[in-house]
Amino acid sequence: MRARVNGTDHDFADDVTVRELLDDLGYDRPGVAAAMNGTVVPRVRWASTTVPDGAVLEVLTAVQGG
Amino acid sequence: MDDPLVIAGREYSSRLITGTGGATNLEVLERALVASGTELTTVSIRRVDAAGGTGVLDVLRRNGIDPLPNTAACRTAAEAVLTAHLAREALHTDWVKLEVVADDRTLLPDPVELLDAARTLVDDGFTVLPYTNDDPVLALRLEEVGCAAVMPLGSPIGTGLGIRNPHNIELIVARSRVPVVLDAGIGTASDAALAMELGCDAVLLATAVTRAGDPVRMATAMRHAVRAGRLASGAERVPKRFWAQASSPPR
Repeated sequence: MRARVNGTDHDFADDVTVRELLDDLGYDRPGVAAAMNGTVVPRVRWASTTVPDGAVLEVLTAVQGG
Repeated sequence: MDDPLVIAGREYSSRLITGTGGATNLEVLERALVASGTELTTVSIRRVDAAGGTGVLDVLRRNGIDPLPNTAACRTAAEAVLTAHLAREALHTDWVKLEVVADDRTLLPDPVELLDAARTLVDDGFTVLPYTNDDPVLALRLEEVGCAAVMPLGSPIGTGLGIRNPHNIELIVARSRVPVVLDAGIGTASDAALAMELGCDAVLLATAVTRAGDPVRMATAMRHAVRAGRLASGAERVPKRFWAQASSPPR
């Protein structure tokens, strides 16, 4: 299956979870939040949430600004 | 704590809220933040792989400074609401500096989207600190929907033009029952002092310090300016007179 993460398409195993996907990309670290198809996926649900084919994810963290 | 700033029940001894944008590196930023005495500092929420330091949270943590996530660069209420939810998830805080700007050239708040987003986020349990125009009516509306403070601009973000409409700021202060934070447009220490003399409860600034030739020195100046302005605002200044009035006894 394929998912778009922060604007770039990536291929993943079918039934990949949010946690596995973020781990694959090196994003599973403190201070990171994820939204899938426009809705926040709380960290406590990363391991139990499956990413559907064609999903669009945004993975964000705090940076200097404002 | 002597004369604390109180927002949503949280007390701060410093009335200077700082931003982190524009600093050339984290080391300079850290020294400037410490020099400013700030206890509350804004951070932006961006893609993890985007350019820009992610060590900013470590800097805040080791100096005991609370992070205030912002929704900078959001153009619609929907974008700002999603960003606030992501910030709450990433930083474990329900405080948010709500920014919804209309365009890149002015970076002025879009009042319609701003009020809409504020209402939604208050309903979602956030402590909302909106960056708003220096519009006394909009400030009241934001207070009515439950914002914990209102943060009117002195002039557009990053311009350093100071407070262009001091009377509007006074009008906002006169009717507000929540803290008023002068946000944006501060160029130098006298601007920050003026904000406090006009009755604002705090000042929020970034560019004036981070892009100054000597950020640490300017941060120190801002710390003293905010303190001086606060003292002056409570000291009942003399009336302005047209003619001179001798301050020495007659010969």
